This record gives sequence, C-alpha cells and structure tokens, in this order.
Amino acid sequence: MRITQGTFSYLPDFTDEEIKAQVQYCLDHGWPISVEYTDDPHPRNVYWEMFGMPMFDLKDPAAIMQEINECRRTFPNHYIKISGYDRSHGRSTTALSFIVNRPKHEPGFHVERAETNDRRITYTIRSYATDRPAGERYEG
Amino acid sequence: MATKTDTKKKRWDAGVTPYAEMGYYDADYVPKDTDTLCAFRITPQEGVDPIEAGAAVAGESSTATWTVVWTDRLTAHERYQAKCYRVDRVPGSPDQHIAYIAYDLDLFEEGSIANLTSSIIGNVFGFKALKALRLEDMRIPPHYTKTFQGPAHGIVMEREYLNKYGRPLLGATTKPKLGLSARNYGRVVYEALRGGLDFTKDDENINSQPFMRWRDRFLHCIEAVNRASAATGEIKGHYMNVTAGTMEQMYERAEFAKEIGSVIIMIDLTIGYTAIQSMANWARKNSLILHLHRAGYATYARQKNHGVNFRVLCKWMRLAGVDHIHSGTVVGKLEGDPNAIRGYYNTLRANKLEANPVQGLYFEQDWASMPGVMPVASGGIHAGQMHQLLHYLGEDVVLQFGGGTIGHPDGIAEGAAANRVAVEAMIQARNEGRDYLQEGPEILAKAARWSPSLHKALAVWKDITFNFESTDVPDAVPTLTV
Repeated sequence: MRITQGTFSYLPDFTDEEIKAQVQYCLDHGWPISVEYTDDPHPRNVYWEMFGMPMFDLKDPAAIMQEINECRRTFPNHYIKISGYDRSHGRSTTALSFIVNRPKHEPGFHVERAETNDRRITYTIRSYATDRPAGERYEG
Repeated sequence: MATKTDTKKKRWDAGVTPYAEMGYYDADYVPKDTDTLCAFRITPQEGVDPIEAGAAVAGESSTATWTVVWTDRLTAHERYQAKCYRVDRVPGSPDQHIAYIAYDLDLFEEGSIANLTSSIIGNVFGFKALKALRLEDMRIPPHYTKTFQGPAHGIVMEREYLNKYGRPLLGATTKPKLGLSARNYGRVVYEALRGGLDFTKDDENINSQPFMRWRDRFLHCIEAVNRASAATGEIKGHYMNVTAGTMEQMYERAEFAKEIGSVIIMIDLTIGYTAIQSMANWARKNSLILHLHRAGYATYARQKNHGVNFRVLCKWMRLAGVDHIHSGTVVGKLEGDPNAIRGYYNTLRANKLEANPVQGLYFEQDWASMPGVMPVASGGIHAGQMHQLLHYLGEDVVLQFGGGTIGHPDGIAEGAAANRVAVEAMIQARNEGRDYLQEGPEILAKAARWSPSLHKALAVWKDITFNFESTDVPDAVPTLTV
C-alpha cells in the first residue's frame, strides 16, 4: 500500500526540483520549513521526530534541500515529511506538509475489531510495521 | 405610515405619529462602536416616503408599535429606539432604497441568535406599508460577538485534528439520497474514502427512515470509515446527520456517533437557531466537528428584494458555532454569483473585513479572533473544474463531489482518486507560480496522462457547465456568470 498522508501523496513522488519549488513557495510566504521523520506512520501519530529545529532563519532553498537530503541519508527507510509553518495571527499552524521519503516497502495497517454489545465494534488501527521496536521497522 | 396621521400633533399626544418624528430616523446619529448595524433593502408601497419607511423598519424592529404609547416615557427610550441614520437610493432600481439602522447593544440578549433575530427579522418583514424588505448585511460589534461561543473548533483546529494541510478538503454526498439500505450505503462511504476523499456525507434529508434507521447507518458508516483509514493511513470522516424531531433524539444520535468514534456530525439548518447553538456547544464539549447543511435557506435568501441575504446567515451561523456550512460553488448547479460568494467566504473565514460593495459587504466586520467556519462547496461540481474551484473558493474549503465521485464510469473509488489527483496537481501548479486558472485544462490533461481515473473523469464531465444568470447579485457590479 501507499500511505497517502500529506498534501501531494496522490501525485508521483516529487523530484528534487519539484520539492525545491514547493520550498520556495513556503519561503515566499514567510513560512519556515521543518523536516520530520518517523517509522510509526499511524494516522494519529501527530509527533514525528524533528530533524533539528524548524529552519526559521534559512531562506535559501538549496540549503534547505541539503537538510532534507541529510535527513534522507540518515533515515533512508523512514517516512520523512517537510512542512511550512504559518505563524501569523489566526493561523499559527502548518500551512503545507508533504512526504519526501518513504520506506521501500509499506506494509500498511490492520483494522482490529473488538466486538462489544448492541452490535457495536470498537476499532483499533494498527500499523504492521510497529510490531517491531522503533528503529528496527522497515528494514530490508 | 398609517393612512391618517396628524403631523401637527406633539410627540407624546395620543394617536398615530410618523415613525420618523418619533425618533426612529436621525440623520445626525453617529453609530457607536457597540451598536449593531443593519442594511435593509426596502421597497415601499407607492406613495410611502423612503425615509419614513426606513424609520418604520427601525421602529418595528425595536421599541415601536403603530400608535403612540405613554409608557415609552417610563423608559430611557432614546437608547432603546433603533435609529435609521441613512437612506440611499439603489442605482437602477427606483423603487428600492437601502436603509441603514443602528441598534443599541442593550437590545439583544447575550449569546442568543433567537433573540437577535426575533428583533431584527421578527415582525417587520410582514409590514403592510412595504412591498418587500430584505436584510442585506449586519455589522456585529465585538462586544456582542464575544458573548457567543463561535465555531466548536474552527478551520485551524479542524485541519490539525485531521492532519490535513495545504489543499482543499474533499468530500462526497452519498447518492442516491434516499432508498439505500445501511449496508449498501456504507459501501459507497468505504469506496469514496479509500479512493481518496477526506469526507463523505449524509444528505440533509437522510435522518431515520423506514428503509434505513439512523443507528444502522452509523454502524455501517463507521466500519467504512475505519476500513478506509487503514487502507490509506489517513484520518477519514463521515458526516453523521443527527437531525431529528426533538433535541433529545439529536443528543442521543450525537452521543452514539461519539461513542463509536466518528470525528464529525452533521445538522440541518431546518432544526432552528437555538438547536444549532445547543449542538455547537455539545460539539465543542465532545470534540466532534459540526457540519451544517443549509437546508431551506434559499426559501428566504435567494430573491433580491425580499428576505435575508445569505451573508447575514453566514454571520449568524459563525456566531452560533458551526464548523462547516454550505456556501456555494460559483460553477456548480446551485445559485451563486462569484462576487457575492467571495463575500460569503470572506465573511466565514476572515478575522477582519472592510466594507466591500463589489462583494455585497455593506459594513466592516471585526470577528475579534473568533475562529473561522470552513465553507463547503457542493452541488454539480467535478474534477474538470478544479482550477476554477481553487481560484474562486481558495484553499480553506471542502469541495464536495457527489455525482462527480459516484458517477465515475470505473467506480466510486476511481472517481474519488480522480478528484484527489486533480486537486493535488492544481495545488502543485499554483505553488509553482503557474497561471493555473488559464492553464487549468492543460494541467489536468497532463495529470490525466498518468492517472487513468482522472482521464476517464475528464472524458465524461469536461464539458458540463451550469451557466445561468444569478438572481442575487450585489448592486455595485453588473451581472456576471462564469
């Protein structure tokens, strides 16, 4: 399967040039870029690991691409996303966020159903990958 | 206004005195920051002076009755009388005028749309001396705004809750609206969500009918939502319509939606303002997003000379506390002038607005940091219009493709994927600085080369447009259809 979180998951994976164009769009709006990675892609995992601080002061898309590539080198088989952050009054939230790196194999999720009373079912969505400890998922 | 008035009589003499002379018209009045201001489009009967008509509207929507009553003198009546302070001719419509009326803050109960509207649209719309009356806009002061809860969550919280940023959200209404069994209904939900939509939706008239009872529908839909979430790794939602005959039934359905893990519930405008406020409080307390379908609104919002403009309803609903409201598509099958719709969307989303006659906004409006409402565009839209939809409606919107998903020749999931590919391709192009409105068809055609689902969608719908003249267009601009 292909996890489709993020703004552009239904498009073919972006080339570096295409990523750079989106970075430039964020910088043009004054949105600092941050890089985050995870091996726990559960839809409700809000807190991916931060690959350093948000790059508040970095305005050069080439330098930002270096950071992204550094993260890819360090975590080649993790999910990596970049986000542009809009701190303006009334927003103070993510403005754009998309995946720039994926594990080679994405095993996906299982729906666990706990049957209770009155035909109700309690659902739990479980990532197959997280059966293994952090850092040992998505290997090979 | 009455047929016989004695203009020589003094203010407090018994009998009928023109409203304008009773203090309901004051050209020198300077509205206070705390006043609520209204712009009414008035069409007086033949021979009725527009200023007197404006004063009458002020009077009948505040303290007045048809004759002088001495008991006014027991009150600080100067304060409680609404004041018509300006009457403008409407260019090109000699029978119509815009009357501006100011209402003191004390006139309305805190946090009550019911009370606000019982004054402002209470009696006055049936007034014999007027042929027609329309409430065009209101300025609601922060002092009053702050007495309302406002959206249960608002646009920012909704996006953070759903973990979806940078593009319009996508939805679809399950079709056919009526007649599917719960099991088949859930199939549509599952296919649309796993294919790529963020939301599916009950229609306004799907409540709990003999062919499908509400509890069965909720159970099947939540199965579909969870399956689709696992298939994509995304958070998905189905607007579970809890509209019912009584508040008790609505609470029961909402509680059940919460228990089984839905992220969103839905209500119809037909339940009434007080019920909407109650459900908004419930939604805030229980962390569910609240979707409002504007069922019935066009019965009083569509005609240009009578009723309540939809922009006013947008303001009431933002105060009342919904998170979503259907607000027009510009390009789809339902009424909607592009400039008027921009005005609605801005009213729902922005924090502070200047008056803008082109968009039909008569007043400035300061929302005092009240979160924005997510507008929903629904009705006759499809992937081939994506460039226009993004241009007219922007990014903070739910685009709902019902027929445009379920009607796809290769199935519902393919229809959903076509819409998702189209929106993402358009956002990418926009962000790259391309003139996406002009190049839209090209951008879509390029994506269709690698996306068979988009290719088929474009082939089926590319020439479908709904080009009719709008009935409700701001005065400042000529009629324009897309």
